[in-house]
Amino acid sequence: MQITVDIEKCCGAGQCVLAAPDVFDQDDTGVVVLLDPTPPTSQRTAILEAATLCPAGAIKVGA
Amino acid sequence: MVSPQTPETPSQLSSVPRIPVPRTCPFAPPAEYGRLRDTAPVTRAQLPGGQEVWAVSTFTDVRSLLVRPDVSSDPRRPGFPEPFPDAPTEEPGATEGPADPEEEAPLPQLFEMDPPQHTRYRRMLIPELTVKRVNELRPGIQQLVDRLIDDMLATGPETDLVPAFALPIPSMVICQLLGVAYDSHEFFQSRTEIVLSKTVTAEQRETAYLELYAFLDEVVSATESDPTDDILGRLVVKYRRTDELSHEMLVNTAVLLLLAGHETSANTIALGVLTFLEHPGQLRILLTEPAAAVSAADEMVRFHSLGDVDISRVATADFTLGGQTIHAGEGILPILSAANRDPQAFERPDEFDIRRPDSRHHVGFGYGPHQCLGQNLARAELEIAYRTLFTRIPSLRLAVPVDELDFKTDSQIFGLRSLPVTW
Repeated sequence: MQITVDIEKCCGAGQCVLAAPDVFDQDDTGVVVLLDPTPPTSQRTAILEAATLCPAGAIKVGA
Repeated sequence: MVSPQTPETPSQLSSVPRIPVPRTCPFAPPAEYGRLRDTAPVTRAQLPGGQEVWAVSTFTDVRSLLVRPDVSSDPRRPGFPEPFPDAPTEEPGATEGPADPEEEAPLPQLFEMDPPQHTRYRRMLIPELTVKRVNELRPGIQQLVDRLIDDMLATGPETDLVPAFALPIPSMVICQLLGVAYDSHEFFQSRTEIVLSKTVTAEQRETAYLELYAFLDEVVSATESDPTDDILGRLVVKYRRTDELSHEMLVNTAVLLLLAGHETSANTIALGVLTFLEHPGQLRILLTEPAAAVSAADEMVRFHSLGDVDISRVATADFTLGGQTIHAGEGILPILSAANRDPQAFERPDEFDIRRPDSRHHVGFGYGPHQCLGQNLARAELEIAYRTLFTRIPSLRLAVPVDELDFKTDSQIFGLRSLPVTW
């Protein structure tokens, strides 16, 4: 699984951190930080939830 | 000369649905919104001032709308919806020249801006309200909630839960975060109520807003000369001194944070307590399942959707939504409460169910780049308030029948004016 985040789009709502805290965090400026760009498949559901909930559409999930 | 029938004849106008629709049930949005969603998800609707806009009511269409770069949040653009009757509505065609997003007086609020201006100002605030920051605030919120319950127990066994619990929690928290003295709470709470009222005149609303502005103008001036360790102090150090943020814009932002920081959370706490009292099965789950106590906050926001026509937009280009062509310059009202009860998006949407696995999927905090900046703070306040109140006072019950409660039917944000309880 390949995850990308668009820090220009990120609006700092924090939805991704709530949905998948092992994969996403917010830095001191409140913008998304990808903790693990190639997370294990066990994280798949949580990551898809984060991508769905992101109000800015800043999270892309590849194969 | 007799003119031929045109689409503007009164008989045809009457077939256009009228919004906003007042709430008649405290536990559900107006049934008319559900009918619109299920029969005409993107449709023309008429506002009280006569203006016609698009009403958008399915979950999918509302979410699609709110992420579009070709819709604007700027109320100075021609065609922008004016959903409340006493707000001054411009005559069609009477707009003075094209809207200039950077034009002064009055300064726009954050929710009235578009990117890149919106992005710039929002980014100044997001470090203060991240998940991590709010987690650091939780012990303080817990202490505050416990102290309010101590006071209730010491003076009980009967109280009005709005002034004793629902209002002070978010008001004290936002005062502390901003560096505003809490002893001013009666002043800012009463002015907020006027600003959000649907029954006051435009003049009364303006006066109340200016009083809030003047109050925060003084707070900001004091912070500018002696920056304190709070949101306003940090904004002064980081952005006022570099002039990225003007004095007026900082005051404006402080007004918004103070208003938004206490009013919606207070209403959701009070209505939420009532909702649990009316759903004893859910109350048992709240007290026995920690995961459900967390998702209860989002479920409460979804279930009540207090500001149901709180968000307005105007198209800046032509596009198709839900099979309808929306043209540039046409106003759009997403009906969040209808989207939050959409059966295509939520199973058993009219049931209050704090165990929902998809509890955060709602649009009660909005959607898109304007989604509620304080949502994580609101989640923490609601979760701690419900869990602690019912854990410490398990015998809590209403002191009057539900139909005698004083609901805020005259406010843009639904809520309870008082909630007499006993234990």
